[in-house]
Amino acid sequence: MSRPTAPDRAQYRMRYRDVFDRPASSRLAMPAMVMLATSILVFGLVDLDFSPARLWSGVHQLGWISLMMLPPDPGSSLPLYLKALGETLSIALLGTTLAAVLAFPVSLLAARNIVRSGVVRFPVRRFLDSIRGVDTLIWALVWINVVGLGPFAGVLAIAVSDFGALGKLFSEAIEAVDQKQVEGIRASGGNALHEIRFGLIPQVLPVIAGQVLYFIESNTRSATIIGIVGAGGIGLQLAEQIRVLEWQKVSFLILMILVAVAAIDWISSKLRFAIIGRRAVA
Amino acid sequence: MASTVSILPQVQLAALNETYRKAVVQRRLRSALAAAVFLAVLVVAAVGAEVNLRTLFTYFGNFVSYFDRILKLDSGARVWTDFGDWFWGWDKWLRMLGETILASYVGTLIGAVAAFALNFLAAENTSPAPWLRFVVRRLLEFARSVPSIVFALVFVIAFGLGPMAGVLAIAIHSTGALGKLFSEVVENADMRPVEGVQSTGAGWLSCMRFAVLPQVIAGYASYTLLRFEINVREASVLGFVGAGGIGQELVVAIRKFYYSDVSAILVMIVVTVFCIDISTGWLRSRLFGREGRA
Repeated sequence: MSRPTAPDRAQYRMRYRDVFDRPASSRLAMPAMVMLATSILVFGLVDLDFSPARLWSGVHQLGWISLMMLPPDPGSSLPLYLKALGETLSIALLGTTLAAVLAFPVSLLAARNIVRSGVVRFPVRRFLDSIRGVDTLIWALVWINVVGLGPFAGVLAIAVSDFGALGKLFSEAIEAVDQKQVEGIRASGGNALHEIRFGLIPQVLPVIAGQVLYFIESNTRSATIIGIVGAGGIGLQLAEQIRVLEWQKVSFLILMILVAVAAIDWISSKLRFAIIGRRAVA
Repeated sequence: MASTVSILPQVQLAALNETYRKAVVQRRLRSALAAAVFLAVLVVAAVGAEVNLRTLFTYFGNFVSYFDRILKLDSGARVWTDFGDWFWGWDKWLRMLGETILASYVGTLIGAVAAFALNFLAAENTSPAPWLRFVVRRLLEFARSVPSIVFALVFVIAFGLGPMAGVLAIAIHSTGALGKLFSEVVENADMRPVEGVQSTGAGWLSCMRFAVLPQVIAGYASYTLLRFEINVREASVLGFVGAGGIGQELVVAIRKFYYSDVSAILVMIVVTVFCIDISTGWLRSRLFGREGRA
């Protein structure tokens, strides 16, 4: 362990010129980017009314809130909360199932290997894209306007927004199938419906089932969120308890949600592996 | 072709047919059972979620006509006949949209910095102590499994109405999500450079700085850009609970039935999100090539 001696250094400098003497543009690129990012950050902090005093008083308040959250305690409303949790899970399950049922036929129309003409495919794809572009929460507000407050609006909101996402994923799965099996069916005299039923569906069903399960999992979270704007379930209870500052109940509800989501994750990953075997879900 | 298909003798064929039939019956039985269980669960869920098909059918017309109405101006004309009237509040909405984007930028950056600070502690191969890794991991898990809108609800009470609550909610959620992704990137890093740096007598911090960081920094930047994309979507709805940005305008328009405003704001949000998706996608492929993509 000895430092390289002076002649050594000169030698290294000669040999690795591009390491020792980088051009100014590449040396300055990083600091310039950092400067730019930081200046936008500072501008943002000022523009969004961040002030140390506000931050401090907020953190202070947050400390109080966390203290008041302990210990988590449902009070006398545990049955109500359990029912609300059941409602949330139902919303996720029904919404996703409805979305999958609606999305499958549409995804056939959006798949390149089923519908050759772009005239049908492009409008269908753009339609799915635009549905996906609108957030679930916005759909929830729209459905609340239509069918009134309650979990049913939540089911429909999840169904519509996932219809867009699943339609796209399904059509990608369909495009990835092995065309040989479909050709085999055609060669033995099957018509277009037979091709789909016997050539296509056996191939895509495991993939689709995996995706649907994954969506049920992630929709348990979404279903919690849409409750906050009034679409039923545990999110509604959570929002109400936060508004009336019942912090012990709030922390209990958050814990309930976390446990439920973890449980669903676990169950669905078991099911997923049972259906598609131990390989990654696309 | 003149070849004949050979047919097995009857005895052998009967046995094979029997086995085949049994296998098919067993499979069908299993799928039927699974379908029945699934249907039963669905029915229970439908009762739990107060599904009412009659309401749906009665009001489905409303749903369709809702879109008819949001595409109509107060004067009764279609929105696209008069853009000036449709986007009458464009300057205010653009300002709110700018606030939303700025809030997601600040939130993403704070979250990324916090995740950066924590992720070496959470990764299997670089964590200095197992107990520290456990604590940091649980912390990140908590931050990412509580939805950001719940954080926003609490922060609105603690910090007051306004974009500050939204920024902090986004920052915390991003810390959780990015911390996990970052630590996975670190776990995939090659450990031989670390050994090299260690052999020169360097401490933990220098090991991270000179051996791990150069390998992972591209992955970090890619994930952060991706997160920014997601956060813009999230920030646009955080306004629903009073955390600033365009969401506040949208929720007011929806609740007060200002129909054409709803469609105008929605169009602006969708277009903005679309533009940001495209530009971050372009930036990512530009900066890191295809392999750097998440």
